[in-house]
Amino acid sequence: MSMDRRKFLKMAGIAGIGLGLGSDFILMSPAEASSGKGLPSSGERLGMVIDMRKLTNADLARMIDACHSAHNVPTLIPEKNDVKNEIKWLWTDTYDHTFPEQINDYHPRALKEKSFPLLCNHCDHPPCVRVCPTKATFKAKNGIVVQDPHRCIGCRFCMAGCPYGSRSFNYVDPRLYLDPAKKNPAFPTRTMGVVEKCTFCPERLVKGQLPACVEASNGGMIFGNLADSHSEVRRVLNTHFTLRRKPALGTMPSVFYIIGGEDYAG
Amino acid sequence: MYNGGKIILGLIIFLALAAFPFYSNLGGSAKKAMPSLDTPVIQQLAVKECVKPGEYMKREHMKVLDQWRDEVVREGKREKILVGGREFEKSLQNGCMACHSNKEQFCAECHGYAGVKPYCWDCHLSGEGGQI
Repeated sequence: MSMDRRKFLKMAGIAGIGLGLGSDFILMSPAEASSGKGLPSSGERLGMVIDMRKLTNADLARMIDACHSAHNVPTLIPEKNDVKNEIKWLWTDTYDHTFPEQINDYHPRALKEKSFPLLCNHCDHPPCVRVCPTKATFKAKNGIVVQDPHRCIGCRFCMAGCPYGSRSFNYVDPRLYLDPAKKNPAFPTRTMGVVEKCTFCPERLVKGQLPACVEASNGGMIFGNLADSHSEVRRVLNTHFTLRRKPALGTMPSVFYIIGGEDYAG
Repeated sequence: MYNGGKIILGLIIFLALAAFPFYSNLGGSAKKAMPSLDTPVIQQLAVKECVKPGEYMKREHMKVLDQWRDEVVREGKREKILVGGREFEKSLQNGCMACHSNKEQFCAECHGYAGVKPYCWDCHLSGEGGQI
């Protein structure tokens, strides 16, 4: 078959459009995402439900302490009072900052003043993974967004990409700010110049333990396999109304929040 | 030759300086690297066996560590290795150092001799001297 240039360009253009439609560049709209079509049904897809009805500020402090001492996370705040240097694995913020798309001035004051635990959302469509130039960050088969500090070059693209502020850069030597009484000799520290974040504790999961924060939460956090329709975490999701952070971005977090309702009345 | 004496003197001084490393090491050969296997854990082992034969580990331990790192961190294969009835964790910090707890006499001995500076310990903890 012979083909002149005009016909070739036409066909190349059509093929290009076809490729574009089939690729990952088109994100699911929130309506499409919530239709239930996209639910994983096999394999492993780790996720977490945070039940805000059960968590007090004392619980949160205990969970953060459990996480940070298990992973040798330095305490750069409040001693230095330098927000830039803070290393965040598990931290807290207000309702308005946690769910900026659901701000409502008429919300109960108790809800507005409550502290919400925040961590890496281990998204289905993680922007941090897409921007990492060295594949130091990648999506593991079990759904965990892994940050490999061996390969991290400290470019901080992932910090710009993450809409949840879940990543922190080591501007200073983290070892100088570790509490010697709370160090974990079985876990590494990080070095100056790499990015770090919550890992969902694969080193604990392999031993049959739950993540450190979940274990310390007294039932306020439910962890499990979202792809298993009989798992505890799916049972909770099936029976409760839950929120995810910034759903309009289409990142599909695997961390869900039960806000409660009547608890705040009065 | 103009200024012959000065040139020859200069050359002699230059050669003496340039050859300093050679004659300063004449006679006494550099101390041979002798990594020590003398740790409490290794002494108590009935069969002193590593994950691979000693000769192989001397040459290839860095490849073993690289492979373990990729398997554990990137592929999530964290299962332990069974060698001669003993379980080894695929981990520098919790595997190697469980027996070879003497970083200075074991790792640093050869690394110092060979002039290599691996940055393992920038993050990983050796447990030596209460270091963190």
